[in-house]
Amino acid sequence: MTRRAALARLALGLGGIAGGLPAAARAGAPERLRFADLYAGGGPLGLTFSDAARRLRGQPVAMRGFLAPPLKPEAGFFVLAARPVSLCPFCQSDADWPHDIVVVYLHPGSEFRFRSSADPLEVTGVLELGSRTDPETGFVSQVRLVGSHARLL
Amino acid sequence: MTRKVLFALVTVAVVVFHSAVAAITIYPIDRAEILAGSRFDFKVELDGVVAPGDVRVTVNGADHARTFGQAARFVEREDGVDASALLLRDVVIDAPGRYTVEATDGRRSARVSWEVYATGPRSAKNVILFVGDGLSLAHRTAARVLGKQISEGKYHGKLAMDAMPHMALIGTAGVDSIITDSANSMSAYTTGHKSSVNALGVYADRTPDTLDDPKVETITSLAKRKLGMAVGVVTNTEVEDATPAGMVAHTRRRSDYDPIVRMFYESGVDVLMGGGAANFLPKSTPGSRRKDDVDYVTKFRDAGYTIAATESEMKKTAADAGTRKLLGLFHPGNMDGVLDRKFLKKGTVERFPEQPDLVDMVRSALEVLVRHDAGFVLMVESGLIDKYSHPLDWERAVMDTIMLDQAVAVAQAFAAGRGDTLILVTADHSHGLSLVGTVDDDVRGEVMRDKVGVYERARFPNYPAPGGDGYPPRLDVSRRLAIFFAGFPDYYETFRPKLDGPFVPAVPGPDQRYVANERYKEAPGAVLRIGNLPRDSNTGVHTGEDVVLTATGPGAERVSGFMDNTEVFRVMVEALGLGDATRR
Repeated sequence: MTRRAALARLALGLGGIAGGLPAAARAGAPERLRFADLYAGGGPLGLTFSDAARRLRGQPVAMRGFLAPPLKPEAGFFVLAARPVSLCPFCQSDADWPHDIVVVYLHPGSEFRFRSSADPLEVTGVLELGSRTDPETGFVSQVRLVGSHARLL
Repeated sequence: MTRKVLFALVTVAVVVFHSAVAAITIYPIDRAEILAGSRFDFKVELDGVVAPGDVRVTVNGADHARTFGQAARFVEREDGVDASALLLRDVVIDAPGRYTVEATDGRRSARVSWEVYATGPRSAKNVILFVGDGLSLAHRTAARVLGKQISEGKYHGKLAMDAMPHMALIGTAGVDSIITDSANSMSAYTTGHKSSVNALGVYADRTPDTLDDPKVETITSLAKRKLGMAVGVVTNTEVEDATPAGMVAHTRRRSDYDPIVRMFYESGVDVLMGGGAANFLPKSTPGSRRKDDVDYVTKFRDAGYTIAATESEMKKTAADAGTRKLLGLFHPGNMDGVLDRKFLKKGTVERFPEQPDLVDMVRSALEVLVRHDAGFVLMVESGLIDKYSHPLDWERAVMDTIMLDQAVAVAQAFAAGRGDTLILVTADHSHGLSLVGTVDDDVRGEVMRDKVGVYERARFPNYPAPGGDGYPPRLDVSRRLAIFFAGFPDYYETFRPKLDGPFVPAVPGPDQRYVANERYKEAPGAVLRIGNLPRDSNTGVHTGEDVVLTATGPGAERVSGFMDNTEVFRVMVEALGLGDATRR
C-alpha cells in the first residue's frame, strides 16, 4: 500500500468508526495505549495482541515512545520504539529491531519536525494491526499508526 | 625526476593496473585455496557485451571444459548489468594441484591461480567451533579478571579457553576490505574462501540480485554430503544472523532472513537453536517478520524436528533418547545477554523469561548430536559479545565472554577422555577496546577522568568474588575496570556500568547524522565525547586487528603462528579428512 493509499484508508476508517467512538474519542481525546499493553502474551513462536489493542484497532490512539527517523528520504514512515534506539530502518535490516516496534505514517498536514531519537514524544494516529510490508522499502511491521501527528513531551 | 612527474607516473601505473584487474573478473579469485572435491561456482565477468566467439577461457592452458567437465554457459547480458559473463555452477576439481585460469575476450585478459588441496585421512570424529563474535583481547582479559580474580599480578584461575594447547593469530580481512563483518569472516571459516562485507557463502558479484552470486560449498554441506555427519548450530543471536547463517547460507546480503530460514531448512542441519523466531512464523502470526505466509515451524516439525521454545522444553526434548533433530527458537529477535537474564532482568527478559543460557544450549545440543554415529560438526556462537561491544557496553560483552568460556568448558568435559573431538575457540573479528586501568570512586577528583587510575594507581579492581555460577555478583563496585573504545560516535561517557538496560550511546539526529543520546547526560560525572567516526556511524565499529584462535584435540596441532581465516576451514576439513583422496 502506498502512503497515499494508507491515507485514503485512514479517511475511510475514520468515517466508518465515527459513529461508534466513545464520547472521549469523539471529543478528540484518543485513548492512550502503552507499549507494555500492546501484546497480552505469547512466546517466541507467536505473540498475542492484547484485548486493549484489538478493541482499539481502527481507532485513534496515543502512544508514547521514541522515534527512529527514516534515514532514506523516500521512506514515508518513522519507527516508534519503547526506548531510544540507535537503529535506522535501512542501515540495519528490519530483523534488528525490537519485537514491539510501531511503524508511524505521519499525516501529510503534520507539522512535526524530527530532531533526535532521544526526544520522548507522543504520537496520535489510527491503530492498524496485522502484517504489512512497506511496498517501497520492504520493511515489515505488525503494528502501525497511520495519519499520525507527533508532539514532543 | 621531479616529485610531480613521479606522482603522475605512479598514478598512471595504478590506473592501468587497476583497469587491467577490473576489466575481466574471475571467481573464485586469485590465490583461492579450494578443497579437492568441494563444489564451487565458476564465473567470469567480462567487460561490456562481447561476442561469444571472442571469449576463451583456459585452465592450465587447455579449454576449461576439460578440467570442469563441461563448458561454462555464456550470458550475453547479465541481469541489471550491460555486460556479458560466463557461468558454471557446482564445479568440482578432484585432483590437487595448482590451477591457472586465463580468460580473454580478444582485447583484454585476466588470469588467476588457485591451489586445490587434498587432505589426509580423518583424525577427528567431531568438530566443535566456538565463535565469540567480536571477541577481542580486552574482553578475554576482563573475563579472566572478573571471573577468576587477580591479586599481586597473579590470576586465581584460568579460563577454559586459556587451557588449550594450540594457539594462533587469525587475520580477518575480506576480499573487499581490510575491515570485515561477521558475514564474510564466518564465511571464511565455513567455506575456506574469502568473501565481502555482508556476503555469506558466495563471492560478491556485480549483479543486483543478492541470491545469484557465485557460491562456494559450506562445511555443513561437505560434512553431510561426504561423511553423513550431523551438524549443529547454536547461538544466542537470531539464528539468521551472519555467524550462524554462515554455516548454511549463500547470499550477497546477510539481511535476507526469509531466504536464510529456507536455506537452514534445506541444509538438513540437525540441531538449530537461538533467537530469530520471527522469520519462522507466517506473517499472519503477530510477532512474525516474514513477508509471506509460510510456516517454517510446521515445516521443520513435519521434517522430523522437535520444537522447543523455552529452556525447560529444550532440556526435556534433548534428554529424550528419541530426539535426533531439534529446533529451539527462544526469542523473536536476539536473545538477552547473561547480565540481563541472570542478574538485572532488563532488556526483554520480562517478556521472554524462559530463555535458556548458552551453556545449557550447548549441553543440550551435544546430548542430541552424540546420538549420530557418523560424528558431528557443531558451531556455537556467543554472539552478543559483538552486539554489546558495538554500543560500547563492555560490561555486558565481558559477562557474555564468561558465558562463552563456560560453554567451552562443557565442550572440553564432553571431549575429555574421548580423544576424537577437535575444539576451536576464536572470534570472527575484533573490536577496538582496551583495558586502560581502573576507575576509582574513592580517588579525589573534580571530574571523572581524574578518577581513572593508570599504571600503579590503577592497582586492582574490587569486584566481589564470583559466586558458584562463575559471575561476579556486582559490577557497580567502587574500583572497577576502565575500558575504553578506540572508535566511537558522539556519546556521554559515564564511567559506570549501565545497570538500567543496554547502553544506547548515540541516536539518530537531524540531517542523517548520529548524536549523543542525551538520556545519559545527567548521569553523575558524565562527559560528552565527540566521536572520531563518521557522523553516520551509530556505534563503535569492528577493527582490523588479528584475533586469537585456541584449539585442542585431533587436528589442533595445525594451529600455530599467524593464519588466515580461510585456514581455519582447512584445519577443520583436514581433521575430518573431507578431502581425503583415498576415500573418493
